[in-house]
Amino acid sequence: MTSRRFFGERFTRNEDARLLRGLALFVDDVHLDGMLHVAFLRSDYAHARLISVDTAAARARPGVVAVYTADDLGAYWQPGPLLVAPPPIDGLVFNAATQVPLIKDKARHAGEPIAMVVAESRYVAEDALVDIVVDMDPLDAVVDLEAALEPDAPVIHEQHGTNLASHVVQQKGDYQRAHREAALIVKRRFHYDRGVAGALENRGVVAQWDARCEELTVWDTTQAPIPIRSGLARMLGLLESQVRVIAPFVGGGFGSKIMMFYPEEVLLPWAAMRLNRPLKWIEDRQENFYATTQERLQIHDAELALSEDGHILGVHDVFLHDTGAYNPYGLTIPINSQCTLLGPYDVPNYYTEFRVIFTNKTTVTPVRGAGRQHGVFVMERLLDFAAKELGIDRVEIRKRNLLSSDDFPHNHVILFQDSAPLVYDSGNYLPALEKAVDLIGYDEFVREEQPRLRAAGRHVGLGIVSYIEGTGIGPYEGARVTVEPSGQVRVATGVGTQGQGHYTVFAQVVAEVLDVDLDRIHVTTGDTREFHWGTGTFASRGVVVAGSACHEAAVAVRKKILGLASDALGVAENDLELEGGRVRVKDAPERAVDLGELAVRANPLRGAVTPGTEPGLEATAYFGPDRGSTASGVHAMIVEVDRETAMVEIKRYVVVHDSGRVINPMLVEGQIQGGVAHGIGNAFYEQLVYDDTGQLLNASFMDYLLPTATDVPRVEMAHIETPSPLNPLGVKGVGEAGAIPTGAAFAQAVEDALAEDDLEIREIPLSPNRLFEMIRDARATR
Amino acid sequence: MKPAPFEYYRPETVDEALGLLAEHGSGAKLLAGGQSLVPTMNFRLAQPAVLIDLNALAELEHIEPDGDALRIGAMTRQRQVERSALVAERAPLLHEAVPFIGHPQIRNRGTIGGSIAHADPAAELPVVMLARRARLHVRNRRDARSIPVDEFFTGLFATALGPEEILVDIELPAVPPSTGWAFDEVARRHGDFALVGAAAVVTLDDSGRCRDVRLVFSSVGDGPVLAHEAARQLEGEIPDDAAVRAAAGAAAERDVDPPSDIHASAAYRRQLVRVIGTRVLARAVERARNGSVS
Ligand SMILES: Cc1cc2nc3c(=O)[nH]c(=O)nc-3n(C[C@H](O)[C@H](O)[C@H](O)COP(=O)(O)OP(=O)(O)OC[C@H]3O[C@@H](n4cnc5c(N)ncnc54)[C@H](O)[C@@H]3O)c2cc1C
Repeated sequence: MTSRRFFGERFTRNEDARLLRGLALFVDDVHLDGMLHVAFLRSDYAHARLISVDTAAARARPGVVAVYTADDLGAYWQPGPLLVAPPPIDGLVFNAATQVPLIKDKARHAGEPIAMVVAESRYVAEDALVDIVVDMDPLDAVVDLEAALEPDAPVIHEQHGTNLASHVVQQKGDYQRAHREAALIVKRRFHYDRGVAGALENRGVVAQWDARCEELTVWDTTQAPIPIRSGLARMLGLLESQVRVIAPFVGGGFGSKIMMFYPEEVLLPWAAMRLNRPLKWIEDRQENFYATTQERLQIHDAELALSEDGHILGVHDVFLHDTGAYNPYGLTIPINSQCTLLGPYDVPNYYTEFRVIFTNKTTVTPVRGAGRQHGVFVMERLLDFAAKELGIDRVEIRKRNLLSSDDFPHNHVILFQDSAPLVYDSGNYLPALEKAVDLIGYDEFVREEQPRLRAAGRHVGLGIVSYIEGTGIGPYEGARVTVEPSGQVRVATGVGTQGQGHYTVFAQVVAEVLDVDLDRIHVTTGDTREFHWGTGTFASRGVVVAGSACHEAAVAVRKKILGLASDALGVAENDLELEGGRVRVKDAPERAVDLGELAVRANPLRGAVTPGTEPGLEATAYFGPDRGSTASGVHAMIVEVDRETAMVEIKRYVVVHDSGRVINPMLVEGQIQGGVAHGIGNAFYEQLVYDDTGQLLNASFMDYLLPTATDVPRVEMAHIETPSPLNPLGVKGVGEAGAIPTGAAFAQAVEDALAEDDLEIREIPLSPNRLFEMIRDARATR
Repeated sequence: MKPAPFEYYRPETVDEALGLLAEHGSGAKLLAGGQSLVPTMNFRLAQPAVLIDLNALAELEHIEPDGDALRIGAMTRQRQVERSALVAERAPLLHEAVPFIGHPQIRNRGTIGGSIAHADPAAELPVVMLARRARLHVRNRRDARSIPVDEFFTGLFATALGPEEILVDIELPAVPPSTGWAFDEVARRHGDFALVGAAAVVTLDDSGRCRDVRLVFSSVGDGPVLAHEAARQLEGEIPDDAAVRAAAGAAAERDVDPPSDIHASAAYRRQLVRVIGTRVLARAVERARNGSVS
């Protein structure tokens, strides 16, 4: 469209000058005159009836301004909204229970807030927490997913009379027939346990009520400022225009910062208005382990039916999903598990059933991958076991089952999380697998390197797995593009940014249309005053949806530019081109006009703007894809296991990835490298350990182990670009991909390294301790 | 995560610090590098009424020879110990062990005395002290005494330090000839507290038999654990591979009684004692045979 290339280049990031010099605004950087500080008293018990709360001593402490409990909230006390309604699936059972601002009757997970203290400093606020006297009657806790459904299990939400949050069956074809016709049935049980999102920056909220302007401003670490603004206006009885929510720079979200509404997000604005003082609450790391949503416990009983030559005839999967104390996100995660399980494979018959269980643990909402890793883990492990039993090479069995490039669009029939049938838009799976085989040196490793190292007593293994990821779902996002009289361009969109590089990639999208230097394009995200339509950053959809909206707005502005330039230069639009912030005549480039000058002309002080036109070089556009676009890829790794200590070292890690068209390879690779780090954490380091009273035993970074730079290898990457037909940029999402297949690849690689022990890995996360047990038990059973 | 209120003093001399300690008694805590104390205060697990900050006490920050021995002031940062040529020469085991402590940021603040006084059973420095038969020099307002390390660690986070005493100096005796040493550990990530750590010091006689063996483990008991049985098995013997493995096996079976926690079961820790014990003994023996003391 323009003469210069803005797509496919490794532009450095527009936001980094601010971030690297410490000049970026984070919520905790907001300091306001007269600001007070908030701390929360949280339940020590996972499940307990609340009998009384005595706040008198806390109120009397010098420096304490207010103490609130549920009773003080009056009609403002409301459970949160059900964010995502379940898709219309026949026979669906769905029991909703959403989180409350402060507990009234009982605590349903440890860390649930009981009281809110407002004081002159956070120190005093925390001192006052100790003054509050709480009387609670502990109840038996629901922790284990299977025990939760026993008839004598304690019930968490009495109104439902059961801990079953939902029950869903989806089917494609006829699995029973596949089962009858199969030459081999592989049947196993799989576990995937809980972890935190682990964002570098914890959550935080600052709320300020300006009584003169009658305006509420909220700085919030949310991934979804616009829905927060709309919800707060409704709850507080304000016009939406009276509420401004700013999600400034945010230090990572990974899904956990889009749980609407967190109690703190509801309470601080309310109290700031009541007290007419600005309030700040910054979550500390210990709170984060209890109060910020988590993910990933599922138990699958799955079977794979295959023909003699290793073709998949069908999959049967029945699983339990832990939603924690509440289920505000509906069925998003288990449906993702269900849909992602099919992977890049041709699966003619599929029976999939799940039960969602309430437990006395922190609420579960999507965290990077959002249920997808479970599906990939189950399918890839089943294929590994099948390959072994059939004596087929593990790469070969995958090749035999991949969808071919002319199978698209491919309809998997069952419903996806956006309530539309699961249809893959485009893909090119075989070349990706072959490229990964090549990059990791599969043939040579299996033929030469591994036997040689094994002979020398070393335990090395390789893992290679495929996956797909549904990304970039609707409903929509919007953007406004404005050319200012200086010739600089402003772009505003509603999604929040948590480190992805939106300021750069959206600038590239606009530059591709307007041919303006990237440092003259200024992107604003996450400020409802700048842009107030949209949903948020989630589901690997920022560039797909908001990026496409930026594109559409830029195209509209370009049209205005060409119209004005045609008048100004007396040349037909077709004979004009945009270059370096100017419009010039194709055959006579010395005849040109600056975009800034056109912006002035578009907003004249005299004369008349023609009816039907708008002033300014500005356009707003919206984009909503029909459905999600399906990204895909292959991960391969080589590990070495010290069989004596059961420690594992990842020697190499290869990712071949297809997220459609790549706008900025550096940003895509950053997302993948970070995702892989997250995946490695989930596979070998991170695990939330709850005891049977629902107490979290490792609520600190001393005992909850995030992988560090020394534990994560530099990922070797290759891109395959299969454009999506569903958006004008041809892009697919990439934010979550790196974290999705890591566990499956790790399990295969470790199992391969320990081939002499002949053990099977059917769980994630692993740990040295767990591997030691598995090696020991394998030895004992031989 | 804010500490409870406390009073704060920053004495300029050890005498002043000892006076404050005597005055405030058990309600007071000494603040060294703060790398263990401050987190426990922020979690409100420790709520001292008075904090006596030792960071202005330049007299406690030194590394110097004392005859053939080595003296290190309690307030010497772990990072200074790590980088000291004198430590590398005279206390090579200590030199080898210090980089395993946390991360550079931690070692920049954390002190040698703080770690020893804190007596975390997972810590490296108590293990080294026990393996090297250190003497701990302590003072109260009136007296000074020196405690042999075998009497210093008395239980979980407990030492022989009295409530009014400050650890002022660490003395490491000279390394005898034909002595080898080694330190190693298994941790989940680099810089984490060890699942099991081990130090070995082996002195050989002229016939290549073990004259003196010190094998010490972290994370398998209330404090650093000296493996008596393993040492007894090796003493007077030629430490060949089989003997070394047998000794480490004896340590795993008889010398340690490891705890189970979320990171490692007792059985896994025993396995690590066997593996790491073998590795450090073998390396110490090899170094002893090469006759090197540095
Ligand atoms: C992230 C992290 C990782 C860490 N990893 C490790 C590790 O791998 N291995 C390890 O060993 N340690 C580790 N530590 C702890 C670190 O080594 C501490 O520095 C050390 O344990 C205590 O030393 P300090 O100087 O910081 O003492 P402080 O924290 O100031 O004090 C600790 C205790 O000792 C007392 N004390 C201090 N000095 C004296 C003295 N001179 N006389 C009497 N009592 C005194 C104090 O009153 C207090 O009770 C880690 C710490 C952190 C934060």
